[in-house]
Amino acid sequence: MSDPTAVTDKIPVTVLTGYLGAGKTTLLNRILSEPHGKRYAVIVNEFGEIGIDNELVVGADEEVFEMNNGCICCTVRGDLIRIIEGLMKRKGKFDAIIVETTGLADPAPVAQTFFVDEDVRAKSRLDAVVTVADSKWLAARLRDAPEAKNQIAFADVIILNKVDLVTPAELAEVEARIRAINPYARLLKATKCDVEIDEVLERRAFDLDRILDIEPNFLNAEDHDHEHGHDHGHDHHHHGLKHYHDEDMQSVSARLDGDVDPNKFMPWLNTLTQTEGPKILRCKGIVAIKGDSQRFVFQGVHMMLDGEPQRDWKPGEKRESKVVFIGRDLDEEAIRKGFAACAA
Amino acid sequence: MTEPSNSLTEHVSPLEAGESVLAAAFVGDAPALALANGVVKFDGRDIAAHPDGAILCAALDGERWLTGGDDGRVVAISAEGATETLADEKGKWIDALAAREGAVAWSVGKTVRARDAKGVVKSWTAPTTARGLAFMPKGYRVAAAHYNGVSLWFPNTDATPQLLEWKGSHLDATVSPDGRFLVTSMQENALHGWRLSDARNMRMTGYPGKSRSLSWSHDGHWLATSGAEACVVWPFKEKDGPMGKPPRECGVRPHRITEVACHPRALVVAIGYADGMILLCRLGDAAEILVRPSGDGAISALAWDKMGARLLFGTDAGVAGLLTLPA
Repeated sequence: MSDPTAVTDKIPVTVLTGYLGAGKTTLLNRILSEPHGKRYAVIVNEFGEIGIDNELVVGADEEVFEMNNGCICCTVRGDLIRIIEGLMKRKGKFDAIIVETTGLADPAPVAQTFFVDEDVRAKSRLDAVVTVADSKWLAARLRDAPEAKNQIAFADVIILNKVDLVTPAELAEVEARIRAINPYARLLKATKCDVEIDEVLERRAFDLDRILDIEPNFLNAEDHDHEHGHDHGHDHHHHGLKHYHDEDMQSVSARLDGDVDPNKFMPWLNTLTQTEGPKILRCKGIVAIKGDSQRFVFQGVHMMLDGEPQRDWKPGEKRESKVVFIGRDLDEEAIRKGFAACAA
Repeated sequence: MTEPSNSLTEHVSPLEAGESVLAAAFVGDAPALALANGVVKFDGRDIAAHPDGAILCAALDGERWLTGGDDGRVVAISAEGATETLADEKGKWIDALAAREGAVAWSVGKTVRARDAKGVVKSWTAPTTARGLAFMPKGYRVAAAHYNGVSLWFPNTDATPQLLEWKGSHLDATVSPDGRFLVTSMQENALHGWRLSDARNMRMTGYPGKSRSLSWSHDGHWLATSGAEACVVWPFKEKDGPMGKPPRECGVRPHRITEVACHPRALVVAIGYADGMILLCRLGDAAEILVRPSGDGAISALAWDKMGARLLFGTDAGVAGLLTLPA
């Protein structure tokens, strides 16, 4: 599906999201000013906020439009297609692209642009969605701003910023709120976005070849198999961390010992993403296909799926299959049963 | 695939480019190449048209070549190689450019400007970013492609531009030489056309990729297009245009066509491929002649001179050349 030799040639694109005032610009200025020797092209929505003199700052209009492909939630950023096309004419003058979105932006159209546009895909690759969150105000925004929740749910990396402004108890609280929505993202605590740049950039979070590297989080995330009724609002303690269930945004992970039957699994995954796609923000998985010596990996955004055989199962490696879905109002039981029924 | 029966490769001489070639044209008599690093190679010498910038678009107007850069400038290059800055949009990108009979139109995001031959500039704000511009062949009127359609703007009147609606993102715009048809390339691997007399829609679909290079035959009866593994040529002679008619195909190869340029006097199209090959195809019988074998990147620019005696080309890997047809 993808040409492995081309991977290194493709310009990585990091999407920077975060609610108004969380600290996106602080992070951006930090990335641009640190002496890392890398050159970044930055696509911003508001000129003038960046204090650093950077040659390649491009203004964007966040023009989102629907594709005419019968896919109801398939929206893309037209301006991004145009700007990346233009930036590629300066290839060699920068090493990576950072896209800053407005505080109210939905990350999905940005991510979907990288699934949909052939020319964008040929020249660049989505590296990760990085979300900056304000420790003090995030909990409130998760209640009143659906955009903020989307940004947390969508993230590969979450920078919990301004931790100096909250008490340890408040911090634990907001962390638990984040984990209830997205247990898979890398969570970094920061003051004035003082994070290591390589913890934010070059994550390869959308790279199917590297899905292994994200496995520690992927695997260790709690399989919500523990007993609990779905009476939301209760909180119980787990590993010393408060455990919440977000009312409308959840992650569902499911695991299956052994192989799946491709004639059941592929139609199930396609049907699920086609019918529930508008609710599914992100999905990913590693599955053992019956009769196939290679691991099959996939990931997706809403209705879009990208999957390929990744590598051979190693001798002695346990053949098992795992899937994760993050989304709104997901029918956890249906997903679990549907996946279980794919067993070979 | 039919092997080209004969070859013109020995009539091709190399030209120095060194940078990705964005556009090519004969300016007056001089072969000119617009390069990604902001330089225009003009008859072998370097013109720093957009210093420290990249050239994003170019348009030929008679003896004058116009380039638009990511430095926000629109530059005119004369047949003598002299440059003149026609516009400076202060660091914003020039997204699209069109020129006709001394008039120039360019776009910066949603802002579309037209400068007439006397230098009077008029502005209009498109509903969304204008990705493609074209002058109508008659009158002073600009077609601007944007999301969900094309607007036809008279710069010298305050009238609301006529909107030709079609859902989706429209990229490039071109008008048939007789002014009867307007065609856009789209994000969705398709072309869309309108018959201007009644705004009737024409869908031209089936491309495996975006069709970004469109070229009208000299008589205006055919539109040659890129974006497939064959040069797809749509018939526009009849009053219904291509409606209900299949296109012709020529130059079928297992490689994507990136550039097309119709000969200015004969029904022949020059076809450039993603693997660097160039073929000449006769529209009548699809007979092929090899101009350039594959290699050195994708063909990114193709242009005939006015007489159709020379064909200039460049690749995205920075290789260029000139075919001089044997007399």
